[in-house]
Amino acid sequence: METPVLQAININKYFLDPVRFRVLKDISFSIGRGSFVSITGKSGCGKSTLLYILSTMDTDYEGELFLDNEALQEKDNAALALVRNQKIGFVFQFHYLIEEFNVLKNVMLPAMKLGKFSNEMIEQKAMQHLKTLGIYDQALKNASQLSGGQKQRVAIARALINDPLIIMGDEPTGNLDKKNSDIVFGIFKEICLENKQTTLVVTHDPDFAKRADRIIQMEDGKILL
Amino acid sequence: MKTGLLLNIALALLMARLKQSVVAAAGVTFGIAMFIALISFMTGLNKMLDSLIINRTPHIRLYNAVAPSKTQPVDRAGEFAGFRNFIQSVKPKDEGKRLYNASRIIEAIKADGRVIDVAPKIGTTVFFNSGTIQLSGMIDGVDVHLEQKLFHLNDNIIQGTISDLGTVNNSIIIGKGLADKLIVKPGDVVQVTTPDGDIATLKIVGIVQFGIAEVDDVQSFTSIQTAQKLQGKPAGYITDIQVKLKDITLAPVVAKEYARLFDMDATDVQTANAQFETGTTVRNTIAYSVSVTLLVVAGFGIYNILNMLIYEKMDAIAILKATGFSGNDVKAIFIQLSMVLGVVGGIVGVLLGYGLSLIISHIPFETSALPTIKTYPVNFGVTYYLIGIGFALITTYLAGLFPARKAAKVDPVVIIRGK
Repeated sequence: METPVLQAININKYFLDPVRFRVLKDISFSIGRGSFVSITGKSGCGKSTLLYILSTMDTDYEGELFLDNEALQEKDNAALALVRNQKIGFVFQFHYLIEEFNVLKNVMLPAMKLGKFSNEMIEQKAMQHLKTLGIYDQALKNASQLSGGQKQRVAIARALINDPLIIMGDEPTGNLDKKNSDIVFGIFKEICLENKQTTLVVTHDPDFAKRADRIIQMEDGKILL
Repeated sequence: MKTGLLLNIALALLMARLKQSVVAAAGVTFGIAMFIALISFMTGLNKMLDSLIINRTPHIRLYNAVAPSKTQPVDRAGEFAGFRNFIQSVKPKDEGKRLYNASRIIEAIKADGRVIDVAPKIGTTVFFNSGTIQLSGMIDGVDVHLEQKLFHLNDNIIQGTISDLGTVNNSIIIGKGLADKLIVKPGDVVQVTTPDGDIATLKIVGIVQFGIAEVDDVQSFTSIQTAQKLQGKPAGYITDIQVKLKDITLAPVVAKEYARLFDMDATDVQTANAQFETGTTVRNTIAYSVSVTLLVVAGFGIYNILNMLIYEKMDAIAILKATGFSGNDVKAIFIQLSMVLGVVGGIVGVLLGYGLSLIISHIPFETSALPTIKTYPVNFGVTYYLIGIGFALITTYLAGLFPARKAAKVDPVVIIRGK
C-alpha cells in the first residue's frame, strides 16, 4: 500500500470548559493520496473538532499526526503555519474572503505569502483556477459584490492556489442551495480525479457524504466503520 | 517581497477604516507639530534670554578682590597653634584693583588652546554731574574691537556704534536710563567726577540699553585709553581680564587653574549666573513634558483605533492564519499599520511644525532688552525635527505593539467555529 497522505494515531482531545470532557476518543485512521473522503456524523459528535486538529490549527490534543510523513505534533506554530500554507487548502462554511481586496487578490494571497513564484505567475495561475471554476469574469470585482455560490468558488480557488496535498472542507456546502452545492461537489470531485489531490470534507449533508469515495462515520467522538 | 506583501495587507486594512486612520494620523501630526513649534519657540527664547546675560558675561573673569590677609598675626604665634583663632586685626591692604603683569598674562591665556579670546577691562565708579546733582555710575574701559568680538555690545547700542569709542577721543557710550536722567543725547558732553576727585569732560557717542533698569541707570562704556587717562593711570593699568572659552562647561575648571597659576581671583560664568542655567533647564523641561504628553495622547488614539480594527477584522486575521500566515506575520501587519500612521502623521507633523515655527518667527516682538530683535526668536534646529520624527515612530510602534500582539494570538479555530 502506498504511503498515506494523512495519518492519525490515537488522537484524543479534551474540552476543559465548563468541565473536562473527552471529545475525541482514540481516533486512528489514514487517508491515501488522491482519495475523496467525507467525515460525517450528528451535530456534536466531534467531526469538526477532528478536522481542526487535522488542519494543524488546533494544537491542543494528544496523539500523533503525520502529514506527508512529517510528524506535526512536534512543530511550533510558525512551522505549522508554513505547513498550512504549502500543503493544506481550506474551504469553510463561510467564505472568509477579505473584503478590502478584489477576488483575484484574495485568491493570490496564500501564494504571495509562500513566495515561490513571481507575482505575474501567481496571477496567471489564479486566473486559471478562476476560469476552471467559472468565475473568471468576476476576478476584478470586490469580494463583497459576489453571490454566495460565487464566493464559495473563490474560496475554493484560494484553497487550490498553492497546489496543496490535501484540501479540507468544513461544511463547504452548508450555506449553499442545492444547485450551488452540486457545483461545489462537482469541483471537489474533479480536483480529486484530475489533480490527484486528496480531499477531506466534513459534512452533515448525507447526500454529499454518500457521493464520496470513502465515508468516515463518527459518533460520540469515535469512528464507526 | 514578503514584507511588501504584509505592508500591502496593512494598507488595505487601513483603507477600510480611512476616516479613523486619518484621525489617528492627525493625532500624531498634531503632537509632532506642537512639539516642534513649542520646542523651537522655547529654545529660541532660551537662547535669547541666555544671550542677554551669558553672552555679555565673560566665561572667566580674573581680578583682584579686596580681601583680608589670610594669615593674621595670631596665627603666627606658636603657643596658639591648634586653637580656634578669631581675632582678625590686619585689615585688607590697599593693593588697588590693578592686575600686575597684565599684558603677559593676557598673552599667556591667549596661547591656551581652549580659549577663544581674551579682553582687558578697566572698571571704575564715577559720578555724572548734572547741574548740582551727582549721579553715581560705572564706566567700563573696554578694548573696542575685542569687546564687540566677544560680547556683541553693538546688539545693545541703540544709537551710535561701539567703534565710535575708538575713533573719537574722550568719548563715552552711556546707558539709556542714565541718558534720560541727564537729558543728554549723542553729541552732547557730560562731566564726570572720578573717585579721586578729578573732573573730566567726555563726549557722548552712543546710547546703550540692556533692558535691565538697574544696569541702564549706571552703566557706561569708554575705551581703555580714555579710562586710563580718566583715572590718571599708566598705559598698562587693567583691573579685569575677561576670557571666553570654546567650551563654556570647562569654565569652572579653567577658572580654578588660572586663579592658581596667576595668583589672582577668578570667577566662572556658572557660579556668577547660576540662576540662568536653572531657568533654561526648567523651561526646556516644561516644553518637553508638554510635547511628550501630546504624543502619548496621540499614541493612545492609535492604540484605540487598532484595537477596534482588530475586532472588526477578526475574520480576516483568522483566514490569514488558516492559509499560512504565522502569528508573527499578523503581528507585523498590525505594527506596520501603526507605523504607517506614525510615518505619515510624523512627516505632515514636521511640515506643520515648521510652518507654525515660521509663523511664530514672524510675530512682532518688541523688547527693550534686545533692541535689535523685532520678532519672536525661534530656533530652527534640525535636532528637534529628528527628535519629533523619532518620537512619532517610537510612540506608534508601542501603540501598535500591544494590539498587534493580541492579533497574533487570535485563534483561528475559535473564530471559524464560531460562525
